[in-house]
Amino acid sequence: MHRHISFRCVLTLVALLFAFSRLAWSAEDVATLAARIKEVGKEGKGNQVASRASRELSRRGAEDLPDLLLALNDADPVVANWLRAAVDQIAERAVANRKDLPAKKLEAFVLDRRNSGPVRRLAFEWLARVDATATNRLIPGMLDDPSVELRRDAVARTWADAQKVLDGGDRPAGLAALQKVFWSARDRDQVLDIAKRLEALDEKPDLTRHFGCIQNWQLIGPFDNSDKAGFDDVFPPEKQIELEAEHAGKESNVRWFEHTTADQFGVVDLNKVIGKHMGVTAFGLSRLDAREERVIQIRVGSPNAVKVWLNGTLVLRVDEYHHGMNMDQYIATGKLKTGRNTILIKICQNEQKEDWAQNWMFQVRVCDLTGGGL
Amino acid sequence: MKSIVAAVMIFASTGSVLASEWPQWRGAEGFGISGDRDLPVRWTEDEGIRWKIDLPGRGVSSPIIAGSRVYLTACTGANQDRLHVLCFDASSGKQLWERQFWATGLTGCHPKTCMAAPTPASDGERVYALFATCDLVCLDKDGTLVWYRSLQRDYPNITNQVGMAASPILHKNTLIASLETDSDSCALGIDKFTGLNRWRIARVPNVNWVTPVLARRGSGIELLLQSRTDISAYDPETGDQRWQHRADGLDMISSPVAGNGPIFVPAGKMIAIRPGKSDEAPQVLWDSPKLRPTTASPIHFDGRLYAVNSVGVLTCADPADGEILWQERLKGPFSASPVAGDDKLYLVNEEGTTTVIDTKSEARVLATNPLGETILGSPAISNGRIYLRSDKHLFCIGVSN
Repeated sequence: MHRHISFRCVLTLVALLFAFSRLAWSAEDVATLAARIKEVGKEGKGNQVASRASRELSRRGAEDLPDLLLALNDADPVVANWLRAAVDQIAERAVANRKDLPAKKLEAFVLDRRNSGPVRRLAFEWLARVDATATNRLIPGMLDDPSVELRRDAVARTWADAQKVLDGGDRPAGLAALQKVFWSARDRDQVLDIAKRLEALDEKPDLTRHFGCIQNWQLIGPFDNSDKAGFDDVFPPEKQIELEAEHAGKESNVRWFEHTTADQFGVVDLNKVIGKHMGVTAFGLSRLDAREERVIQIRVGSPNAVKVWLNGTLVLRVDEYHHGMNMDQYIATGKLKTGRNTILIKICQNEQKEDWAQNWMFQVRVCDLTGGGL
Repeated sequence: MKSIVAAVMIFASTGSVLASEWPQWRGAEGFGISGDRDLPVRWTEDEGIRWKIDLPGRGVSSPIIAGSRVYLTACTGANQDRLHVLCFDASSGKQLWERQFWATGLTGCHPKTCMAAPTPASDGERVYALFATCDLVCLDKDGTLVWYRSLQRDYPNITNQVGMAASPILHKNTLIASLETDSDSCALGIDKFTGLNRWRIARVPNVNWVTPVLARRGSGIELLLQSRTDISAYDPETGDQRWQHRADGLDMISSPVAGNGPIFVPAGKMIAIRPGKSDEAPQVLWDSPKLRPTTASPIHFDGRLYAVNSVGVLTCADPADGEILWQERLKGPFSASPVAGDDKLYLVNEEGTTTVIDTKSEARVLATNPLGETILGSPAISNGRIYLRSDKHLFCIGVSN
């Protein structure tokens, strides 16, 4: 009997504790719950607390959306996905139940360019679901927007308008609008399509400048990369840049030499420039002068394993061979200092024998955070 | 009786899903077999379609069905950096919810595939969606986030620029993800409730896209992982290796299938192996170059082994000795793996045409059903209906209730 009573007591206590705990979490504000989620670490560390906080957030009403969007602003990409799920769930439920979203606050958030680009886009998409005028009112003013997704829509719309002007026979005005939209575009597919249209009008769009592709390099190699060991081996250019020095290469001594690629996208074909080798590595050095300190992106394409250093700091490391090459395949973010800056790239070729594994090449562009060339 | 045993086995393996559901890639057991009867035979773009839903973006993943819900993934964006998990009512096709996530991993891939390549898995209460970006999401059936992990943040060298594609699978309370690449190659056993690792094992650093499978040996279940150079069995709850068969040239895309004892391993030539009673290396029973599959995985159905090759030749063999029983040239190519049920094989080519094969009759081809849209994901079968996803639409085929 006593045992039965004490078991019931324990059960009641557990239920009360659970209810109290649920009550305590439901009383927490959005920022506090978001802060709990921001504690998540690698390999799922903190997931259980984050899960509870996320569930609590997802129960909130639409009036909490602005605070949640603000919490998303400074979230790292992992935390951002935790928080985004709650935003979508709250907004989806409100729309399904025909409840209002805080449209004015969403619009203010969208228009404030200090907010994170992807989060502004998220807010815009929910705003556009409940305000049929939002797209026409807001998108045309976003041709220079730091949010690449919002800008993409503005580019598409302005480009269509420019085409209408051209179709109407006003070439100077249409061309000016097309030039403007060319320099505003950031996504490669849009840039290339607009460039093609400009070329059809006998214009010469400067794709190299648009993308910020580096064409001038100091190169040195080949060094040894037998059995792919060279990727982790430290060669002299990784320790110190001495452009006049001679170093022991894979088969003979090697020296730095200057190379300017004629490719408008900055592709350097090392098989042509250094020679056809397998199991080798080479280095490319480029120098940039900056008037002021600024955050930049170094965007790399290569079918080979690559490492990139900005001013001696490793900012990119990809140990992968022959899985294709695309512009912006890898994106590293770093900070330029005032004055002279150096970008060093290491390009490793392995020893695969297949026809498709013979390429040894790279492409680097330096751009702002939207992908616009510097 | 057989179906009751099968239902119990499936319950033990994946949780609370029922036998007629299709809770992960190639169904509850991962071998493409459904126990449903009266499956659809003929359909066109205009006839035999129960419902058809517009999708927000591409995907080569398959739909899955758990309870009364269909789950599907897709990706959108100029750089495929928007990842979608969608949930539909299986009966009406009504969208119940959609969640989006931002890609945290690399989005480069071969143009044929995309970031929504792995098929999700469900235990009936939750859905687990892995993307080629190595973003891994667990949502409950109402779309509330249970946990999320960026596996590329956890292990920076696990992606590849062809595009990750192996689907996660569930065993009891463990979600298993194969992340085999040229660099930090591994497989993970993840606690399905918390998203924490239960185990992590290093794998051969050779990129592959093979979805793992679970095979019964004796009274236990083993996890089979296949790379170009090995097929290895592990305890799915601990990650401890049980046995290994090493061979060069094993297939890097199609998955092995288990029969009643033997395991059929896709390679330059299909290899049949039989694991021993203890953990010694398995015995090779036979091999057959004519049974070489390509992207589509083989299927072992009703006492026969089938494989479709790159030019669309469907080969049927005796699983006992690999003897070729017949071949039929179909219009390929095929990326989707065949599925089977109700004495029929369903093979969907990349143009979206499904060839239905009668496995009991000499006539063999029962129907060819065009949908006129690119389909690379494998079909799903549940409650007498067939679910197909194209680049643009999700189809539910079969009008019965």
